[in-house]
Order: sequence, then structure tokens, then C-alpha cells
Amino acid sequence: MEGLNFSVVLEYYPILLEGLLWTCILCVSSIALSLVCGVPLAVGSISKNRAVQLPTNFFLWVFRGTPLLLQLFLIYFGLPQIGIYLSPVASGILGLGIHYAVYNADVMRTGIVAVESGQHEGSRSLGLSKAQTMRKVIIPQALRNVAPPLGNNLIALLKESALVSIITVPELTLSAQRAISDTFRPFEFYIAAGAIYYCVNYLLELSLKRVEMKTAMYR
Amino acid sequence: MVRLVNVHKRFGDNEVLKGIDLEVHRGDILVIIGPSGSGKSTLLRSINHLETIDEGEIWIEDIQVTLPLKGRKYEKHINQIRQQLGMVFQHFNLFPHMTVMENITMAPMLLKKIPRKAAEEKASQLLKKVDLIDKVNFFPAQLSGGQKQRVAIARALAMEPKVMLFDEVTSALDPELIGEVNKVMKKLAEEHMTMLIVTHEMRFAAEVADHVVFMADGVIVEQGPPDQLFKNPVEERTKRFLSEVFK
Amino acid sequence: MDFELIQRVFIYFVQAAWITVELSFLSVCIGLCLGLIGALCKLSPNPWLHYPARVYVSIFRGTPCLIQLFIIYFGGPQIGLQLEPFPAAVIGLGINIGSYMTESIRGAILAVESGQIEASRSLGVGKSQTMIKVILPQAARLMIRPLGINTIALIKGSSLVSAISVVELTYTAHRYIGSTYRPFEMFILAAIFYLAIISIASFLIQKVDNRYALSL
Repeated sequence: MEGLNFSVVLEYYPILLEGLLWTCILCVSSIALSLVCGVPLAVGSISKNRAVQLPTNFFLWVFRGTPLLLQLFLIYFGLPQIGIYLSPVASGILGLGIHYAVYNADVMRTGIVAVESGQHEGSRSLGLSKAQTMRKVIIPQALRNVAPPLGNNLIALLKESALVSIITVPELTLSAQRAISDTFRPFEFYIAAGAIYYCVNYLLELSLKRVEMKTAMYR
Repeated sequence: MVRLVNVHKRFGDNEVLKGIDLEVHRGDILVIIGPSGSGKSTLLRSINHLETIDEGEIWIEDIQVTLPLKGRKYEKHINQIRQQLGMVFQHFNLFPHMTVMENITMAPMLLKKIPRKAAEEKASQLLKKVDLIDKVNFFPAQLSGGQKQRVAIARALAMEPKVMLFDEVTSALDPELIGEVNKVMKKLAEEHMTMLIVTHEMRFAAEVADHVVFMADGVIVEQGPPDQLFKNPVEERTKRFLSEVFK
Repeated sequence: MDFELIQRVFIYFVQAAWITVELSFLSVCIGLCLGLIGALCKLSPNPWLHYPARVYVSIFRGTPCLIQLFIIYFGGPQIGLQLEPFPAAVIGLGINIGSYMTESIRGAILAVESGQIEASRSLGVGKSQTMIKVILPQAARLMIRPLGINTIALIKGSSLVSAISVVELTYTAHRYIGSTYRPFEMFILAAIFYLAIISIASFLIQKVDNRYALSL
């Protein structure tokens, strides 16, 4: 391997660090959005009301069956067509958030359905309405049940966040590319970026395991 | 035929077999009884080395099962020994992706290189013996528990073992299906197959056994002919166990 | 909605869809081979097989696929590896999906009841014969669904190779957004093709799954 020089990575670490910071901001926001949006999508997809269920399931089918990158293009290039101009970062958060909201919705739906019917009956016989039952009894249990698969989705989100570099969000991958355009050393910088992603991924996995263990106590 | 000498086995901190000495002669029917956790199944499974022991020796005729071999040599050695032992399990363990015929002929064809026709002939004979010849092309999922167990017995017999090991083979069966399996085992006993049977069924044990061994807490508490052990047990522990069982 | 435009570019999308299918198919083949080898290695007691497999899975599942593709395509020349976009894409996607398939296959093998191994070994059947005749046939039925999920993920992941200039569906959509200024129509066209490809793939996988479930 002639000519590889990993010390340049050290020189450019401020740029990479800045990219990492944006990656974290991006991921935290998208994760939050995907969890928040996932719940109504999940509830909607099993709604008895056809006017809610059919469009919801159609939406889920389309967004489940198309690549994230295409969806990012739709938001970043397509929304301006109808007059909505979003910054790259906003587009990235929205794109990642909706894409993973859809995956989370599928997971949550399984969890909701799996909560025993006895819970419904117990709650309704106390006089709670359907909506209250959902909110106070079913969904909290469902979320605890599906913590592990949700965790897996979050880990996937972190890795797919690299895609938003293509719509010019200044996160880690784009930062690496900035360094590369200066130094013409793609191998060293992409390996470095990969290593950073690996470490962040590892830390995320550890924290998720903690969360899983906590929620498991109530199951 | 089968000899265990000072066999010890630990699972972590828990010693499950605490120095077992046992001898089984050719043609003997040995039944092992005892409370759960006494180590009976572990003892049986050590004989064909599904469980490895920590101390002691196990002999099949004049071959030592527990030779200190490693790697390929160990593999060759243990596979040879297992061909001479037949084991029937509590949960049948039939191969679900093979028909009854295939379950029985797989090992003889693969290991003894017996041609298909001969293997299938032998399998048919065995199926007639266990009264299941009409199910020859069925899959295990289509059989009842008792039928599965009888196929499992035929599968083990297909290898023409010298010793048959039965590990609580009726414990997972509905009561009305137990009889058909016991019938087959009695037939084998009449043909003087050497059998080691771990069971909870005292009546069956009393009928079939030449020799009964009572185990508790990892040791052999008492052993003897069924008449003696069941009617006049010597040890307190044995008396306690039998009185609970025959309540 | 400009239908005349859609008609004009439609043929390019069809060609691109074919590239997506080709790319996905080849990568899945590589992935399956790597997955089977990886799973057996990871299950092996031999540390020379076990640890490399663990490292492989950990690295390729723990880093973004995009970065892996960039390392191969852009970084490759620095270590003497000059690849055209399409081969780089197939190799990159294949190696990546292979790490996920390793886990799918390994999971299926471990899910086969231990009683099966005991029964086979008690008959005197050796370790590798037990794997071939008893475990793998049963694991095969269990691995169809997870491998199917991996495959669908790969088809969607194939969109990444647009970033290394492979002329597949996403690249084509992006390209024509530039010249037609009609992103919605391009998105819809590409989406329809992806949905079609994925629906057909799902259907086929479901059929294979059903067929094997029946004969058990």
C-alpha cells in the first residue's frame, strides 16, 4: 500500500468533528420526529375507520417501498415545485424522520396489536373511552414491548444519515468529502469517517441495550 | 457390557453425578428411577457422551467411551461408539423434513453405506415390528406422539445397536398413547436387547426390569431386582420415594 | 402533471430499472455466498474462522453502506483497485448485504432445535454430515423470511450507487430532475418502478416461503 498517509486525518480533525456534530444534531432530531410521527401512523393503519386506514396504509406502502434517497430528493427538489423551500438540514431531518416513522409505525403496530385484549376490556369497563384507552393503557405497553426492534431502527437511521450528504447537509460524510477535495486522499478520509460512524454506532448500541433492559423489567 | 466407574459430573457449581458405579450385562434390562433432578437423564446421556463427564470412566464392552482424545480423533471415536448405541428421546427428535422411511434409512445408508434397497427393506421390517408399516411415507408432523416415538425406536434399531438407551420416552405422551410404546419396549425386552431405561412409570418398570436402580441427589441409593426393591426397599430414601409414588 | 414529459423519458427509466434489477440480483448472489460462509465460520469453534467472521459482520453492519461504497470506488485506486462503477457497486452492495445475511442465516441455524442435533449425533452421524443432512435443510425454511427482508433492503439500498455514477433508477430520476425541472413527476416515475420491483420480489419471496412451509 504505497502512498497512504493517515496523519492528514489528524490535521483535518476540526472539519470532521464539525461534521460529526451535525450528524448528531441531525440524528437526534430525526429520531425524535420518527418516534413522534410513528405513533399516529401506527394507530391510523389499524383504525376501523376506512377513511383513515386506507390512505394511511397507502402512504406506508409507498414510503416503505421506495428508497430513502429518492424520498430525500422528493423533499429537497420536489417541494420547491409547490412553493415549499426547505434548507438541506431541514430536508434531511424531515426525510429521515418520515422514512423511519414509517418503519417505526410497522413495529409499533405489531406492538399495539400484541397487547392483550384483556387490557382493552379492563380499561373500557372502567369507563375509559377508546382514545383514552389507547393513550393511557395500550400505547405505553406497546412501546415497552417493542423497544428492541425500535432500537434497531434507530441504529439503522444513524447509518443512513450519511445519505443526506448527497443533498448537501454538512454532516460527517460531506465533511470528509470537503477534506478529500483539499487533500485528494479519499481512502484515508472515508476510512476515518467510517471509523467514527462505527464508534458512534457502538455507543448508540450500548445505550439502547441499557434502555432495553430497563423496559424489560416491566414486561 | 456397559460399565460406569466412579463417574462425576458437574454443571457449574452443582455436582449432578457424585461418583456413580454401575454395571450392565448383555441382555439385561436395567431401569433407573428416582425423583427429578436426581441425575438419571444425565447419567444416561453420559453413556453416549451427549454429556461429557468430569471424572471417571465409561466402558462399552472393551472400548472406553471416555478416552482423552481431541479433535478429529475424538470425532471418529465417538461416532463409532454411538453407532453401537441407540438412543430414544423424551421429545422424539424425529427429523421433520424427512419421511418416516427416510428418518429410518438415513443413518444406515450414510454411515454403514448400505444400499437404498437393503436399507428400505430393513426399515420396512422394523416398521412392521413397531406396527407402523402403513405410515411409511408420512411426515412426522402427521403422526401422533405414540406413533412418533415408535418411529424413533425403529430409527435407533435400524443401526443394529448393542445397547438401547431410553430417556423418559413416555413422559411427553398423552396417557392413552403410552401403552403402544410400552408394548414395543416389552417386545424388545423379550428379544433380549440390552436396555437402559430411565422412566417415571413404576408399574412398567416392575414388569419389564431385570434390575432396578434408584437414584437421588446424584448417587445410587439402592439397586436390586424389581421384586426386592419395590416390595422390600432397604434405604429410607427409597422407602420415602416409593411411598410418594404409590400413593 | 406533465404526461408528455413522462412519455419522453419513460424509456430511460425502463433501462435504469433493468440496471437496478441486475445490480440487485448480482449483489444478492454475492451476499448469499458470503452469508452462508460467514454464518458457518461464525458458528465454528475454530478461532481462525470465528474471529474474522465476527469482525466482518461487526464492521460492515456497523458502518454506513454509502461510506463502504465510497471507500471501494473512490479510495480503491489508492490501494491499486481501479473499478468501474457497476462492478464496484455490485461488490460493495454484495459485501455489505453479506454481513446482514450472515446474521440471518446464523440465526436460522441456531433456531433449529438442539434435539435434532442430539438425535443425529446419537445415531453416530458426524458433525458436518449432521449440518448438511439435518440442520441446514431445516434452517433453510427458517431463513427465507429474514433473507427476504435483507433482499428488499438491498433493492432499496441499490439507490446509493447513484452516488458512484451507476445509471440506475435514482440516478436517472436525479438526472432528469435537473433537465426537466419537474421533480415530482420524476419521483413518481422512479417510485412506481421501485414499488413494482419490490412488490414482485416480495411476492416471489412469499411464494418460496409458502412452498417450503407446506412440505414440513
